[in-house]
Amino acid sequence: MELFANLLLIAVGAALINNFVLSYFVGICPFLGVSRKLDTALGMGLAVTFVITVAGFLSWTLTEFVLRPGAPLANAVWHAVGGPGDADLSVLAYIAYIFVIAASVQFVEMYVKKFFPPLYKSFGVFLPLITTNCAILFACLLIMKEVVGGNWGLAESLTLPIFGGLGFTLAIVLMAGIRVELDLADVPRPLRGAPIALLTAGILALAFLGFTGMGANLKQALTPAAADAPAAVASVEVDR
Amino acid sequence: MAVAELELPAAVDDGPTAAERFIAGILPENPTFRQLLGMCPTLAVTAAMKPALTMVAATAFVLISANVMVSLIRHLLKPHLRILVFTLTIATFVTIADRLLAAYLYPMSVALGPYVPLIIVNCIIIARCEVCGSKQGPFTAFADAAGNSLGFLIGLGSVATVREILGMGTWFGLPVLPAVVPRWVIMVMPPGAFIALALLLALVNWYQARPKRRAEV
Repeated sequence: MELFANLLLIAVGAALINNFVLSYFVGICPFLGVSRKLDTALGMGLAVTFVITVAGFLSWTLTEFVLRPGAPLANAVWHAVGGPGDADLSVLAYIAYIFVIAASVQFVEMYVKKFFPPLYKSFGVFLPLITTNCAILFACLLIMKEVVGGNWGLAESLTLPIFGGLGFTLAIVLMAGIRVELDLADVPRPLRGAPIALLTAGILALAFLGFTGMGANLKQALTPAAADAPAAVASVEVDR
Repeated sequence: MAVAELELPAAVDDGPTAAERFIAGILPENPTFRQLLGMCPTLAVTAAMKPALTMVAATAFVLISANVMVSLIRHLLKPHLRILVFTLTIATFVTIADRLLAAYLYPMSVALGPYVPLIIVNCIIIARCEVCGSKQGPFTAFADAAGNSLGFLIGLGSVATVREILGMGTWFGLPVLPAVVPRWVIMVMPPGAFIALALLLALVNWYQARPKRRAEV
């Protein structure tokens, strides 16, 4: 029950309260670049959700078994060569994650190209660019922080990317819906293009700010002994 | 052999000169306002000047090091693997910058959180490696990276100035607005980032359209 409550808090936190795009500003490039048409935006959102989930799973595996201080695989090799103490490969984490992300994007690209050629065409350059989508690396880094801290297992590490990706999809689809209408509006000349898109995103972010109070209420409702339970939502939040 | 390989192409270095690259990066091809690259840090760490400038310093370090490094190895690059090589080079330098920040500016490193490692996926750096570093010599690459770092400083500095002064009434933590002026708390929250950047971009667009409009009249 406690695990379920924790997962629900992480899910709501990642998708709504701390939306990846509108609160953490990760994944802004596709959010502004591929949000002109509804179906492309939906496709992009789902592609990112898929990649982010695969990358999240792989980064949990890597962190748990290889990268974290005292990880079993790293330790086995370290002790085999006679090193003292525990192995700590966490300095390699960024390079390892970028590798994992690039590989997952490559797989998704091959899959989409083979089975959904029209979708592949409409993505254009943005599909390979998912590699440099900050949202994915961001999810990997959050997972790493929590796994190294000993707070999260596999379930939590999968919930965050899935719902973070769905939150991204929600944001980009909302944005596309607004921009389709915006094409018909008479926008002042200096605001045309990127500025009006950013202003729209600002107003969307304002709306999502309304979810902020939800976290605390939800936590109280789900965990009666909230005082001694580790704060799941607080751990998703990043001090800025 | 490596030395001969490195020195030969300096003579046949074509494309814009180092000075042209340097100037272009500051304003004419400003990464933030003209190319709309690196939006993630521009929005995320600009609630105040101090984190914004730390971010610029870290990004400048990575940008200059990675661009010069890519320029030095540009004859070994294979076309289909070049993006991967760029990314790994950048990731290495970001790890160095991250460790340095954690060692000497620990509170700032904690405050910036995941946005320091996210420099890896900052499009400005990959764009500069692709456009300049992989084609021209190390000196030009250095000038190009330095110019773009200055341009990035202008971008982040302007957004952070607007947000910190309007949102908290301070600049670099020093009070600049009298207490009677109401604070726009929204400016230091996420929506304020989008709105401040949008209005600054509109201002730049408006300023650029001005001479053209005069000519029409």
